[in-house]
Amino acid sequence: MSGEHILSVDHLTMRFGGIVAVNDLSFGAERRQITALIGPNGAGKTTVFNCITGFYKPTAGGMRLTHDDGHSIQLERLNDFRISKQARVARTFQNIRLFPGMTALENLMVAQHNALMRASGLTLLGLLGVPSWRVAEKQAIDLARTWLVRIGLLDRADDAAGNLPYGDQRRLEIARAMCTEPALLCLDEPAAGLNARESAALSELLLAIRTEQGTSILLIEHDMSVVMEISDHVVVMDYGVKIAEGTPQQVRDDPKVIAAYLGADEEEAIAVMESGT
Amino acid sequence: MDYFAQQLINGLVLGSIYGLIAIGYTMVYGIVGMINFAHGDIFMIGGFIALITFLILVSFGLTAIPLILLVVLLVSMAITALYGWTVERIAYRPLRHSFRLAPMLSAIGMSFVLTNYSQIVQGARVKPVPPIITGGYTLHEGSGGFVVQLSNIQIVVVITTVVLLALFTWLVSRTRLGRDMRACEQDQTMAALVGVDVDRTISMTFVIGAALAAVAGMMYLLYYGQVDFNMGFVAGIKAFTAAVLGGIGSLPGAMLGGLAIGLIETLWSAYFSVEYKDVAAFSILIVVLIFLPTGLLGRPEVEKV
Amino acid sequence: MSANPAAPKQASRGPGAAFIFKKALISALVALVLFSLMLGVRTEAGSDGQLTYWTRFGDLAAMVATVFGGSIVMELLRQWWGPVGTIRAVPPKVTSALALAGRGVAPLLLIFTFLVPVIFYNERYILDLGILVLTYVMLGWGLNVVVGLAGLLDLGYVAFYAVGAYSYALLATNFGLSFWVCLPLAGILAAFWGVLLGFPVLRLRGDYLAIVTLAFGEIIRLVIINWQSLTGGPNGVSGIPRPTLFGIPLSPGDDGLAAMLGIEFSPTHRIVFLFYLILALALLTNWVTIRLRRLPIGRAWEALREDEVACRALGINTTTTKLTAFATGAMFGGFAGAFFATRQGFISPESFTFQESALVLAIVVLGGMGSQLGVALAALSMIGGFELFRGFDQYRMLVFGMAMVLLMIWRPRGLIGHRAPTVFLERNQAISSDLVKEGHG
Repeated sequence: MSGEHILSVDHLTMRFGGIVAVNDLSFGAERRQITALIGPNGAGKTTVFNCITGFYKPTAGGMRLTHDDGHSIQLERLNDFRISKQARVARTFQNIRLFPGMTALENLMVAQHNALMRASGLTLLGLLGVPSWRVAEKQAIDLARTWLVRIGLLDRADDAAGNLPYGDQRRLEIARAMCTEPALLCLDEPAAGLNARESAALSELLLAIRTEQGTSILLIEHDMSVVMEISDHVVVMDYGVKIAEGTPQQVRDDPKVIAAYLGADEEEAIAVMESGT
Repeated sequence: MDYFAQQLINGLVLGSIYGLIAIGYTMVYGIVGMINFAHGDIFMIGGFIALITFLILVSFGLTAIPLILLVVLLVSMAITALYGWTVERIAYRPLRHSFRLAPMLSAIGMSFVLTNYSQIVQGARVKPVPPIITGGYTLHEGSGGFVVQLSNIQIVVVITTVVLLALFTWLVSRTRLGRDMRACEQDQTMAALVGVDVDRTISMTFVIGAALAAVAGMMYLLYYGQVDFNMGFVAGIKAFTAAVLGGIGSLPGAMLGGLAIGLIETLWSAYFSVEYKDVAAFSILIVVLIFLPTGLLGRPEVEKV
Repeated sequence: MSANPAAPKQASRGPGAAFIFKKALISALVALVLFSLMLGVRTEAGSDGQLTYWTRFGDLAAMVATVFGGSIVMELLRQWWGPVGTIRAVPPKVTSALALAGRGVAPLLLIFTFLVPVIFYNERYILDLGILVLTYVMLGWGLNVVVGLAGLLDLGYVAFYAVGAYSYALLATNFGLSFWVCLPLAGILAAFWGVLLGFPVLRLRGDYLAIVTLAFGEIIRLVIINWQSLTGGPNGVSGIPRPTLFGIPLSPGDDGLAAMLGIEFSPTHRIVFLFYLILALALLTNWVTIRLRRLPIGRAWEALREDEVACRALGINTTTTKLTAFATGAMFGGFAGAFFATRQGFISPESFTFQESALVLAIVVLGGMGSQLGVALAALSMIGGFELFRGFDQYRMLVFGMAMVLLMIWRPRGLIGHRAPTVFLERNQAISSDLVKEGHG
């Protein structure tokens, strides 16, 4: 099983003082697939994200990331920036975290920091204006330009990120994460606040990323239309535990899931379903 | 051993003074999230007001020491509280919704204003007064000839501090104002929505902090027999260190931190070197912030992503 | 307070006058209480050591009257101008136009600066002032890297200034090393201290970082004062050698530069030399900063200021990024310190107080955090402004403090209201300061 999984979460537990936010959670995200993590508010989804992306240290359990070459990393042992740099896990945030005072292009350039630092010889070569640095810089700008075209923001490349409309900011944040050339892309509610047209564009973008880039995607989402349309695999959480897992269709019809979202009993949900709705 | 006991006493008395100032820092930080750089200078102003009031009363021929002290206490608390109120109104309130740096720079500016104001209007020289409260008790006569003493002024300082602390704790936990303060500390917007007058509550926080600093100033005057326009800067940093050591936002922590800093400073001067005692205090600040940022009694904060 | 422009002014002035009067009266009463003792009574230690006092009720009355009148004026102004916080929307075209005009200011200013020693050759006072201004410009540009670009609140910048000055002073007086050898050493030592002091405090948030750096600055000053055997304590270090033009002294003797060039010696030569020296150092600081901004490290500094959490999520090592900002800023501070030592010939701990750190910080903030031109203009106006107070030294810090308060209320983002992007595809358009974060947001 673990051979197909790019991310394998094993018995993950996160405790904050007396509160157990995540309780013995285990699931796998498959390579080059889109896995959605859904559940009612307060289910612990963002906490799981923060553990995977190194912002929280889990109380117990582990998360294993396996790259294409078979090399695997235990994410809970890395902290902070190393998750992005070494494990190649990128993320976006629930409340968009762009660099508002920098242009869209600059945002995408910052994402390529590590590659550019190496190319600039830890700044020294860059300071001297060495040709190899210039070439690397141009390549970085080209990569940024490609992404700007993909998300349809090429004409706004030189505008301040803080000035962009909400939907554009969301897509820019995804593009920025992609500029780090990650193996796993984690998206925290990417469709939040988007209207139907923008959600459709987002779905297209994510499908393109999965298919053309070959990047595996893990996303938290409340917008069921997006989840149903693009996910290959869905994991449902409630009160910190996994209550269901499967294809979008399987999960949609699962009475436990319906009960969780409705706040009702499982029996009531089955009754409602069987009464032929 | 006797020497140590004496230093202990001295340290606790000094610590009480620091604690009174520290409460002002911790209250303001708890409610508006800013370090009131000018608070140390409010303490200095309190000392000056106490000095001038005392001088006037004495020159009018008053001799009853307890009466004089009471009047000086009330007058300096009242006027210094007004200074605290004014500083908040002029320099901090307009910046309440500005970015983080603004109130801090404004506070630094206000600190310079108060220091130099004092220097200009009262002259740059140190102002000495003869000991107002004299006498004390001999606690223990050691074999080496060293005498452990508890002076009356030390008793006055400690008792005043304890009384004020009790009064203040009652204020925060039992009165409506105290409840409003705690509400504003938690969530200003919500407090406003349920009818708390946020502006007034914040003003009162500054006022109370300033009043306590005034008491500290008066105690300092009585204990050390002098004030000068520069005393706010270093005392302010030490008191802030005390607030951080005790856990910023925690009132008993502020007093606890004050006592700790007072003890450390006194013991350091006694056993190591007097010149570097300020360095010791500043170093504690750095050490605490690095290794124990929530202080002794503070609550750890989880970073929200 | 949406005013109907058609409403007759009479109607609004009626109740307005009573309101203004009441406000002024309250202000005057508050002033009366505040100043009653501090201003109305003057204490002083008499010749016998006894404290005496006298009254100054005239001064008190004058002050209260001033507050009363001032309050009325303020209220009238406020009603005329609108509240302080009113955002006057500047259309992007105007911002860009101003930015374009701004681009012309910098070269002109630079040319003028080069010509100052030529124009004012005989006015020693102006040359000295110029050297002082340029020193603060350099300090401002150095601190700008830490505070303006990386958004790290440093209240102890004077520490690096001191390290640079004392390094040169002690190396020169004890080992006889020349200025040109000591200059890079001073920078390296200061940078080293920057890393040393920066390392433990990186996790701290804005306010805490500020006060810790302040504590560091004070510790350095106290150590300098008390470690007499090394630093000479309060007496400082004197007899610091003047700089030479790569070994050729600027003295009247036969081996002097004047003799070598065949011109008559004049003490002004040294001043002019110092002027161009600090100008060169400042321009070096400027050039390095501008280049670094365009390199990944500089962009990382600015990204750090904008959103540190996002930086971590992008794989940027925020610790080393902060350390490099600290070290770079410290290095420039060290260079400036070495220059200061050689210019004065004598240094003492009194030159390295917290007030200096606050002054440099004020220059950076006034300049509009991150803007090179802004910092230069701010240094010019601040130091120039200080010079106007030459006769009123006492009031200088008082006015400076009030200026800081007013600056924060009126224009907290500084003189230059925009940020220039470091890379662009088509249009190099300035970004309004409203969007730019100030760090630790």
